[in-house]
Amino acid sequence: MTDTTTSFITSTATVQVLIPTPLRTYTGGEAKVSASGGTVGEVIADLNARFPGIQDRICEDDGEIRRFVNVFVNGQNVRKLSGAATAVKDGDEIGVIPAMAGGAPA
Amino acid sequence: MSEASATPSPARERLIVPAAIQAEIVAHARDHFPRECCGIVAGKDGAITEAVRLTNLEAGVSRYLMDEEEFFRTYWAIENRGESLLAVYHSHPVTVAYPSQTDVAFAFWPEAIYLICSLEHPEAPVLRGFRIVDGTITEVEVEIA
Repeated sequence: MTDTTTSFITSTATVQVLIPTPLRTYTGGEAKVSASGGTVGEVIADLNARFPGIQDRICEDDGEIRRFVNVFVNGQNVRKLSGAATAVKDGDEIGVIPAMAGGAPA
Repeated sequence: MSEASATPSPARERLIVPAAIQAEIVAHARDHFPRECCGIVAGKDGAITEAVRLTNLEAGVSRYLMDEEEFFRTYWAIENRGESLLAVYHSHPVTVAYPSQTDVAFAFWPEAIYLICSLEHPEAPVLRGFRIVDGTITEVEVEIA
């Protein structure tokens, strides 16, 4: 992605990541962990360095957010921003939550 | 902490649903008929404290997709007050209270009990609960108290 907003921001921010119950098996039960990176994708990669496997649950192979996972920066869904390329800054709160969906037999 | 879910007991798991919570879920299902409704159930130490109605973003009559921003906010409000998401509910307006293939395919929350409220027989709504883990459905006994 050649988004000028994100390419200008190359510094590494320290953020807090909110981990939902289904992903706490990776974080040893921790609900809130800190991680660093300049973008949401980098933060998730940093998380994966400490909690191997968590990235696959959140991102596709190309690094984008999985279809049935939602990631928020300070309460805003990154799908409405720049996806995994969304820039983050110190103190931001990154939230991850699986989609909740289903339906009756057709 | 989550010993009950980590160590399956040979006896069927049981969820006690207060009558007021059951009534609220049925009322929500009826309010949204013929569309499906959805929401989450909060609790502490396995005991239900509250059912929260959430918005179903699906326009049709046989699907639900929880508004993700509402779900995210509500889930963390529950966590931050020291409670947890015990169950997720949705309605089957004209079919049985049993997980559909779609319910199983989209069951991304193995720690939650999936409650289904059927209005197949409008005057006799049925509320049943299930664990859906790795594609396997296990019924949870719902006891109205």
